[in-house]
Amino acid sequence: MAVVANAFGEALRLLTSFDAELMSIVGLSLQVSLGALFIAAVIGLPFGAALALYEFPGRRSITVFLNALMGLPPVVVGLFVYLALSRAGPFGFLELLFTPTAMVIAQTILITPIIAALTRQLVEDLWREYGEQLRSLGSGAGRAIPTLLWDGRYALITVLLAGLGRAMAEVGAVMIVGGNIAGFTRVMTTSIALETSKGNLSLALGLGIVLMLLALIVNAAAYLVRETAARQLG
Amino acid sequence: MSTHNNILPLRLERVSYAVRGRTLIDAIGATFQAGARTIILGPNGAGKSLLLRLCHGLLTPTDGRVVWGGPFAKEARRRQAMVFQRPVMLRRTAAANIDYALALRGFSGNDRKTRLSEALRNTGLAELASQPARVLSGGEQQRLALARAWSLEPEVLFLDEPTANLDPAASRAVERIIGAIHASGTKIIMTTHDLGQARRLADEVMFLHGGRLVERSPAEAFFEKPRTDTADAFMRGELYW
Repeated sequence: MAVVANAFGEALRLLTSFDAELMSIVGLSLQVSLGALFIAAVIGLPFGAALALYEFPGRRSITVFLNALMGLPPVVVGLFVYLALSRAGPFGFLELLFTPTAMVIAQTILITPIIAALTRQLVEDLWREYGEQLRSLGSGAGRAIPTLLWDGRYALITVLLAGLGRAMAEVGAVMIVGGNIAGFTRVMTTSIALETSKGNLSLALGLGIVLMLLALIVNAAAYLVRETAARQLG
Repeated sequence: MSTHNNILPLRLERVSYAVRGRTLIDAIGATFQAGARTIILGPNGAGKSLLLRLCHGLLTPTDGRVVWGGPFAKEARRRQAMVFQRPVMLRRTAAANIDYALALRGFSGNDRKTRLSEALRNTGLAELASQPARVLSGGEQQRLALARAWSLEPEVLFLDEPTANLDPAASRAVERIIGAIHASGTKIIMTTHDLGQARRLADEVMFLHGGRLVERSPAEAFFEKPRTDTADAFMRGELYW
């Protein structure tokens, strides 16, 4: 018990003193996951909306497949990205393996299906409500994509958060493609795994606390934005 | 009063609409000319809303044809508008909702600005222009839906029970606006189940029952004494299904 208490005290000390190693790890985590979120949003939002609005043969199959991809195991994504980026792989010449860029790629692959699938559901529901009116005004499916994404903007915050949460919390993919190199590709989750196995519980615990706090802050902020918007915009 | 006559007359040629083998609209033939306000009456489930959607092109007939007969028939889609029972507003300001419709139809520059401000003024919404549309009251939202449709200066305006969810005062406001839109030269085709409203607005009445067009008469004659027993029963409140 004393060990845990000690670790906790040390963790708080690291946090309150803005320990340099801890801060660089937190910084890289945010950089990688926000980067992945940005790319996944740019791809996933319009793709999800298009899947909801355009009717074409095979749409159901793609939807089912996309929903299945939401449950992609991070280590499997890591493995595939590793194979693609390794020296012998098709993209080996880019020399990206064990870099933060490789980690962004892996997390992007991991969360794009989540964002696309949740967006598809949301936009489909909106289209059920708006469809007749928009068609009456002369809007086709293509023109409705930006309209409905914009009208669903506050609900989409939750979708983006689901993606960010998944990216920040996963350890398997970044461990494989990043290599957990100190000061270069070490992020919060991989550090926690490493430090725990080394017995350095205080740093692990400190990082764990930061990870939880970040999740809490981001979600609280998003909740406030949504509530305010709902009251003001209906 | 100017009458546009560019896409009208609208001709329904034995238009039918069936869903899973159930015929909901049964071989309706009719021609709509410019001018008169046409009110479509009938009990719930008669097919009034379906008929409007078929005319407006939101649904495609499973049999028969909907034909626009005027010289600009090819542009029929963009020269008509519809107001629904429950107004659908985007999550943006009242003015932006009208502006969105104008942009979709390709209006730009000063023309667009003028149309926007006139539509707001003509429907008494100028004060509410910068309010988010979805927090307006039901009556205000329906007026905004009318403003949005009016700004497009459609040749034909379809209205599907536009006052069904409104209180009497809001209903009267909506009726006044419909009258003004008609006076500006727009053909009105509207469904209602409110007989008082039908009396106030109709120039001619189409009576639907069970997906069929049972009777079409000038309003005065219809409200005096319908020609058919079914319509007569409906008027006396004795038509139950």
